Amino acid sequence: MSAAPDTLERQDQLQGIGCSRKRKEDPRFIQGKGLYVDDVKLPGMLFGAVVRSPFAHAKVISINKEKALALPGVHAVITAADLKPLGLHWMPTLAGDTQAVLADEKVCFQQQEVAMVVADDRYIAADGAELVEVEYLQLPALVDPHKAMDDDAPIIREDLVGKDEAGQGKRTHNNHIFTWDVGDKEATDRAFDEAAITVSEKILNPRVHPSPLETCGCVASFDKVKGDLTIYITSQAPHIVRTVVTLLSGIPESKVRVISPDIGGGFGNKVGIYPGYVCAIVSSIVLGRPVKWIENRIDNLSTTAFARDYHGTGELAADKNGVIKALRFHALADHGAFNAHAQPTKWPAGLFSICTGSYDIPVAYARVDGVYTNKAPGGVAYRCSFRVTEAVYLIERMIDVLAQKLDIDKAEIRRRNFIKAEQFPYQSALGWEYDSGNYLPALEKVLEACDYEGLRKEQADKRARGELMGIGLCTFTEIVGAGPSKACDVLGVGMFDSCEIRVHPTGSAIARMGTITQGQGHQTTYAQIIASELGLSSDDIQIEEGDTDTAPYGLGTYGSRSTPVGGAATAMAARALRAKAQKIAAHLLEVSPEDVEWDVDRFHVKGNPEAVKTMKEVAWAAYNNVPEGMEMGLETVNYYDPPNFTYPFGIYLCVVDIDRHTGETTVRRFYALDDCGTRINPMIIEGQIHGGLNEAFAVAMGQLISFDEDGNLQGNTLMDYFIPTFVETPHWETDFTVTPSPHHPLGAKGVAESPHVGGIPCFSNAIVDAFAHKGVTHIDMPHTAYNLWKTIHELGLDT
Amino acid sequence: MIPPAFEYHAPGSIDDAVALLSQYGDEAKILAGGHSLLPMMKLRFAEPEHLVDINNIDSLKGISEENGTIVIGAMTSENELIASSLLQEKCPLLPEAARQIADPQVRNRGTIGGDIAHGDPGNDHPALMLALDARFTLVGANGSREVAAQDFFLGTFYTALEADEILTEIRIAAQPAGTGASYQKLKRKTGDYATAAAAAVITMAGDTCQSVRISLTNLGATALRATAAETVLTGQKITEDLINQAAAKAMEICDPSEDLRGDAEYKTQMGGEMTRRAIREAVQRAGGN
Repeated sequence: MSAAPDTLERQDQLQGIGCSRKRKEDPRFIQGKGLYVDDVKLPGMLFGAVVRSPFAHAKVISINKEKALALPGVHAVITAADLKPLGLHWMPTLAGDTQAVLADEKVCFQQQEVAMVVADDRYIAADGAELVEVEYLQLPALVDPHKAMDDDAPIIREDLVGKDEAGQGKRTHNNHIFTWDVGDKEATDRAFDEAAITVSEKILNPRVHPSPLETCGCVASFDKVKGDLTIYITSQAPHIVRTVVTLLSGIPESKVRVISPDIGGGFGNKVGIYPGYVCAIVSSIVLGRPVKWIENRIDNLSTTAFARDYHGTGELAADKNGVIKALRFHALADHGAFNAHAQPTKWPAGLFSICTGSYDIPVAYARVDGVYTNKAPGGVAYRCSFRVTEAVYLIERMIDVLAQKLDIDKAEIRRRNFIKAEQFPYQSALGWEYDSGNYLPALEKVLEACDYEGLRKEQADKRARGELMGIGLCTFTEIVGAGPSKACDVLGVGMFDSCEIRVHPTGSAIARMGTITQGQGHQTTYAQIIASELGLSSDDIQIEEGDTDTAPYGLGTYGSRSTPVGGAATAMAARALRAKAQKIAAHLLEVSPEDVEWDVDRFHVKGNPEAVKTMKEVAWAAYNNVPEGMEMGLETVNYYDPPNFTYPFGIYLCVVDIDRHTGETTVRRFYALDDCGTRINPMIIEGQIHGGLNEAFAVAMGQLISFDEDGNLQGNTLMDYFIPTFVETPHWETDFTVTPSPHHPLGAKGVAESPHVGGIPCFSNAIVDAFAHKGVTHIDMPHTAYNLWKTIHELGLDT
Repeated sequence: MIPPAFEYHAPGSIDDAVALLSQYGDEAKILAGGHSLLPMMKLRFAEPEHLVDINNIDSLKGISEENGTIVIGAMTSENELIASSLLQEKCPLLPEAARQIADPQVRNRGTIGGDIAHGDPGNDHPALMLALDARFTLVGANGSREVAAQDFFLGTFYTALEADEILTEIRIAAQPAGTGASYQKLKRKTGDYATAAAAAVITMAGDTCQSVRISLTNLGATALRATAAETVLTGQKITEDLINQAAAKAMEICDPSEDLRGDAEYKTQMGGEMTRRAIREAVQRAGGN
């Protein structure tokens, strides 16, 4: 006898998987009760201010600290010379290079860190920084990456002269960092030689910055008596920070505590280790007092972790029906003055090899060359898995270029090339095994929802009247959830993640994870997973992250890895507890474990729904009445090493109208269908889609970190750097299909980055489409009014 | 982003404020809304030793009508301009333009007087004042004087204000019947200065333009009055061709500097386009065409 209405009611009460419950973290955020790094105030805390280089490339002739040290309230002025005896004037990067913590004899980018002034408060520290006298000898700056490997290019990294590698394989020029390639070059070249149709286009992903609302910062506190170091830090990977601090400082890892408190957005900007952190830590160790360092907006935009700067050439070979026969991509990657690229250690171009996209391309070859220039280091994954945005942008732009060349409709060419549902798991030409996907029905759903045929007719009418209307499509596949430890590690640590769950006697629980939320809503999503797996209300499940003293080791949150990896660990840990709970329940019901079955929030004896023990009752018993020989308690930890990445996909459609007099674009419609497998909290997913689309809109339509010919950064404040407000933000329409991941315990894939990765090419495709009838095949981002007006004006469309 | 130390003063009357300015001369700066001054201080581009905050002076606030002339206290906020039913009825150009300035938070504190007195050609009120033929009351140690907007803007960050003077009020004469106005502003995003903007105030008699004033924002060292463009239209029947001729004349006086908003050519072209749009809308509002 089943009790269906009762079952449904009990399921609803859990607010578990599939429930759009409100976010558990929001009450504190909307009341201003969050705790961010800059809210941390410790007794006796000092403040560090960084002295920065006004030049992009210069020798440091001398640094005079005297006037700064004479200012009352200044405790120390630290330079490379002070760090040298400690071996800390340079530090390793995640990409196998080294980076100057403070300028060692020369500066290699504007705003590079030259000294840190430590003072009683941030006002004195700022005044002290003004008083540090640095004498420079300016050198010619190298700004254009295309000139980096010229014979007469200025040498940026004199420390590497004579070295034929910089941590990522062989290099061929003083400004060359690495060559990375993948695929069958010979077979690809042959396919191009034999192809009926080939297309080629130069495609730029300009330098941009993730620009989270909260800038980077830390509070380092060294206890000279205990020898303990505590660091509050804006980090997306606190455990990795702890390991790096130990490797650099020699302080045992057990005496280093890293705390990522509330974080105001990361988007890749908070993955790396920055000189400011190192200086604050060293200052605290030397002075024996807590030291706080917080970036201002200019510091953040100028120095910490830019993204992209990929100068690509895309080529496709196809038959005359538009069926792609081969793909060949090359990218010149501008990594700035130090290779501080954020990546799994063995992947110098990240996961760029996902560039065959959603299409069944038989053979492909991709190559990336990294070069040094006089710009800030970085190359982080800005709301994307490593270099996936660059890869998806190339293929999604190129398939449009091919469609235009053959005069095939842009939806139709995708239909002809999609990987078919029955081909999954699909082995890509560049070595990935796509776990699941079902592209064609999703495309048809979007085309129908937007009346694609009607839009094309309207566009034809408008073109006849001289108006500019564009329709953009993007049918992308991502690769997220790094990653299987056989393929991915960070500094030798496998890219697993972890969850520890402790159920209390009265049936509530705490879970701690190796990931760290920066706005993603982990405290809600993970609680919902445990709620469904353990039959306890998500209201009663606390999620704690970010404190390395209490959380199990994990690799952190970036690359959409929390749900694919951390979420899987959570499900596995909860299932282990449920298996133990089943034994306890059987013991209480005086039957054998195989004779009880799980029913939402309770066990009952098979065939006897009246003989019941709820999970709450089992939790109580776990602390006083367990089967003989069983350990008491209800607690476990799981370290989950995923067997594969997950491959979420999406079908996006964008309609734009462009003002032919001013170049301004109006996004009339943006329809985003995402398939991220099993959906845990649909409301949070929708919020993630909105946020990611906003950032895609920002990148496509306005964001740019640009330099003049001397390497001076232009527009390093939010007056110039584009952060869309609700006024600029278009209206987003969202939709979904569900194609579960076969290898994830819940069938879930990552989602937060899909809208960014898929959104950017969708905007560009819409913009280019508006000019396609004039023979335009590509326009580089950002599609500002000014830039588009230049295209309009050249074409004579503004008269 | 931290300014050096400075002395902060918050006088309660115009006399006290003027006395402080007389005492400290060039070392003092007036703090109104602060949106231009404070960022410059935080970047240490401006380092005044004395900051004279005039936000406590109530007599500098408010909008009233004196014998048909609209009188606006210099410390009246942009949001107060937007909310004023008097302005909506008698001078709708100002509320319309104020809505295009920055964002609601900035408009809560940003003041019309601060916007004018800063002398920044990127600010919106200078061009509006030229188009509205406004007059400014300046009060200093030697008493009060009145200066026409036309004679006030002398260069970038350079106005007719003496170091010890305060702009206290803005006076705008009543507009004749049949007048329409428009402010057309192209900007990259909320909170940005204009890439180019144009104001037009036109009085029509039937199809004929009786009088017109046209001015431009951020297209030269100061806000610009486009008198040659006005001449094209004055006394004429307004046609699309004539509007294009006027825009061409407006573009001739543009001398913008290149920045991330665009190069001189783009900005000049946009100056022309904004002029066209402002004229068209002003004419329509005046009841013509």
